[in-house]
Amino acid sequence: MTSNTTDVTHPAAGPPPVGSEIDYEKFLSCVHCGLCTAACPTYLETGDENNSPRGRIYLMRSVVDGRQQLSPKVASHLDLCLDCRACETACPSGVQYGRLIEPFRASQRQAAAKAGKPANTDWFHRFILYGLFPFASRMRWALAPMKLLQQLGLDRLLDSLGLTRLLPERLQRMQRLLPRLVPGGPALPEFLPAIGPKRARVALFTGCVADAVFRHTHWASARVLQHNGCDVIIPREQACCGAIHYHSGADRPALDLARTNASVFDAAEVDAVIVNVAGCGAMLKDYGHIAHELEPQNRHLHERLNRFAGKMKDISEFLGQLGIIPPTGKIPLRAVYQDACHLNHAQKIREQPRDLLAQIPGLEVIPIAEADICCGAAGS
Amino acid sequence: MTTATASLPLQMPAPFLDGLRLILGEAGLLADPDELLVYECDGFTIAKNAPDVVVFPTTTEQVAAIVKLCNQYQIPFVPRGAGTSLAGGCLPVGGGVMITLTRMRKIVEVNLRDRYAIVEPGVVNVHLTNHLKGTGYHYAPDPSSQGACTIGGNFATNSGGPHTLKYGVTVNHVLGAEMVMPDGAIVEIGGPVEDSPGYDLTGLFVGHEGTFGICTKVIVRLTRDPAAYRTMLGVFNSVQDATQTISNIIGAGIVPAALELMDQGIIEALEAAFHFGFPLDAAAVLLIEVDGLEVAVDEEARKIIDICRETGAREVRSANTAKERLLLWKCRKQAFGAIGRLSPSYCTQDGVVPRTKLPEILDFITAVGERHGLRIVNVFHAGDGNIHPILLFDERNAEQVKRVLIASDEILNKCIDLGGSVTGEHGIGVEKINFMSKLFAPHDLAVMAKVRAAFNTGQLCSPQKMLPTAGACGMEHIERKAPGRHAAM
Ligand SMILES: Cc1cc2nc3c(=O)[nH]c(=O)nc-3n(C[C@H](O)[C@H](O)[C@H](O)COP(=O)(O)OP(=O)(O)OC[C@H]3O[C@@H](n4cnc5c(N)ncnc54)[C@H](O)[C@@H]3O)c2cc1C
Ligand code: SF4
Ligand code: SF4
Repeated sequence: MTSNTTDVTHPAAGPPPVGSEIDYEKFLSCVHCGLCTAACPTYLETGDENNSPRGRIYLMRSVVDGRQQLSPKVASHLDLCLDCRACETACPSGVQYGRLIEPFRASQRQAAAKAGKPANTDWFHRFILYGLFPFASRMRWALAPMKLLQQLGLDRLLDSLGLTRLLPERLQRMQRLLPRLVPGGPALPEFLPAIGPKRARVALFTGCVADAVFRHTHWASARVLQHNGCDVIIPREQACCGAIHYHSGADRPALDLARTNASVFDAAEVDAVIVNVAGCGAMLKDYGHIAHELEPQNRHLHERLNRFAGKMKDISEFLGQLGIIPPTGKIPLRAVYQDACHLNHAQKIREQPRDLLAQIPGLEVIPIAEADICCGAAGS
Repeated sequence: MTTATASLPLQMPAPFLDGLRLILGEAGLLADPDELLVYECDGFTIAKNAPDVVVFPTTTEQVAAIVKLCNQYQIPFVPRGAGTSLAGGCLPVGGGVMITLTRMRKIVEVNLRDRYAIVEPGVVNVHLTNHLKGTGYHYAPDPSSQGACTIGGNFATNSGGPHTLKYGVTVNHVLGAEMVMPDGAIVEIGGPVEDSPGYDLTGLFVGHEGTFGICTKVIVRLTRDPAAYRTMLGVFNSVQDATQTISNIIGAGIVPAALELMDQGIIEALEAAFHFGFPLDAAAVLLIEVDGLEVAVDEEARKIIDICRETGAREVRSANTAKERLLLWKCRKQAFGAIGRLSPSYCTQDGVVPRTKLPEILDFITAVGERHGLRIVNVFHAGDGNIHPILLFDERNAEQVKRVLIASDEILNKCIDLGGSVTGEHGIGVEKINFMSKLFAPHDLAVMAKVRAAFNTGQLCSPQKMLPTAGACGMEHIERKAPGRHAAM
């Protein structure tokens, strides 16, 4: 029976354990109370402490302490984390779970690369991360066949015949999570003027997947902003937010994308940069911290990315602050609102979307149980 | 705290493991050491020992089969719910099988007319609350850990909470249970109707801390939601005034639904973290809630406000809207998190004193803090004399850690001297086991041991918990090395 949590038995030789770079205080801030467990979708599903936030923190810490190896079993429990951050909302001690798991994953990847067995750099990952996601246009092309299948109803047919099972596991998962792709309309122009008295000048972050899949949402966001007196700039050179890279441990490319975005949006000289995708918003707002984590010495970069992050506003957050011109069109519907994890838990934006919905005449929003439990799509 | 006799890891016989797999299937157990590590402790992180196998049964029959198999191979087993115990209740002393109930989480029946619900033990306390929302009824025990802890765990530890003062602890809200006994027999105790004949086994089993077997179903009483609340915050210039107020309120025959005290240290922490607008120079605040019929609560609230003023409250604020009430409660429940921001480590003690002794124990705690050069802050269920002094320290400072241990023991011993006890609600587990012989005379303990022996003969079920066992186990020469980094209110 061991008695001391700080008993550290580092392996005699060899590289430092995965995660050694992480600020150890961040582990210490977890007092092991377990109050986060029931907020975690993977724990609720499996009932296994290994798949709970407290358990994952314990696993990471035990690897850092050299108490155990990052074995495939341990890695699988960390991989299963949806990154929904519900645990951060639940934790009364203010543990920053995201700032543990994300650098840990980055470190895991680096260690794997150094050992010459790049874990996540199989063709699929490389293609997705470096070839596809940074480029919205390629993303659209990549999704085109799926869209066609969906339009023809063939995806259902393939499903019912069990043919989608022939796809590689990860593609299957992506196929299952893919929303119905609807026609998104033409590309947004670089400038859309305010309608009515001008109240603000904002830029719209359009992202990669979102621009391919949810372009109609971008158009709608721009229209709402325009009608609320905002000049809307949509810089062409903007890049993917980098979340997907960062979350899968490709931290360098993520930082490169952050640099690109900061300079593109800085040049636009706006009051705020508006984002309408929760996952991207959480990532964009975190740029400063990521810079700090990856280039601890580079103060100039922290400041620059911090400044950029400070300008990022979720559309509901921004409209709430601006005070909207109440819509007049009636929507006579009963609806429910399901929180997006990366909005609710990562960005702590909970009331604003509900407040906005409340202003729509005729719309009745019914509260539901577990609105704040992850839907399984992990974040957005 | 650690056992002096470090137990050798048990060798799990292969046929035993095969037997478990047969009962549960491959997905129903963990036996790889990599996956057992997280089960080496619960909310009490001082004593650690990983189990040899963790099983996740989904039915009572599976639990019974597991227990029988353990008996056949003479392998110890211990139940576990959410693992929020602050006393090491889930520590598998001597290894063996950990029976985790988290996959038994069905709400089997809700019967509003007869005011009971039948739930499986893995149901999270707050999930039952949410499930009942809108029915006009609720399950009253609301431990501060209610967002995570299970009804089975509440049953096993007889949990209380802020509303214990008026509504009582878990035992007052349990009508019966289904148990898998330490020999694998399935028995039902109590039942949905009140006053079943024969011995009150339900009362006996609540608080058994896993030593009478595994609870596989709980029949809980449902309580009608109060029609109205009044929530107040009394602000005091001295802790003495605040504790005097508590006595006076109770003395006036008022039973508030909740009566919670937060001292200056906590107020300071809360303000820093959440900017709730507390007066920073106040020595203590009392959070007081009354509930009941609309007409009655106004009358009670008025009386309380008068009493507060008489005993020197410099201000009494009232929460006038549901939103304001929530804000006050949030503040109380978040107090815990705020402390996490004050200090890298902290250790919460859980003592009880007769209500009238509150001023005395608080003075004593202050003196202990000064004597040992430690900062101690207080937030607790004042109404039932359940104190939670929180000792702040840095776990990397070994010398300071020692002082924390000494100070904790002094405080708990003082609670006993004042006619109280060393656990209000967190249980004995392994943490407080060496206090038992101070709390009870040998023949009292012997009666308890006999009761346990009536149900738990083989000592395979939750060995070395709750009662100090003479001789064999080594738990009685426990030597504590580090205080818990846990906290609870
Ligand atoms: C932040 C915090 C605040 C807390 N606040 C309170 C509070 O206000 N009031 C209070 O009373 N407690 C409180 N606690 C302590 C703890 O939450 C309670 O004791 C709770 O009831 C434990 O439930 P659990 O499901 O986590 O049980 P566990 O910790 O898993 O188990 C506790 C004990 O019960 C046994 N057990 C669990 N399930 C079963 C079962 N099905 N059958 C038989 N035995 C079983 C275990 O063997 C163990 O001995 C707090 C803890 C924390 C961390
Ligand atoms: S981020 Fe979500 S899935 Fe991951 S540990 Fe936290 S709550 Fe669980
Ligand atoms: S992450 Fe927070 S809530 Fe979870 S165990 Fe650690 S301190 Fe407790």
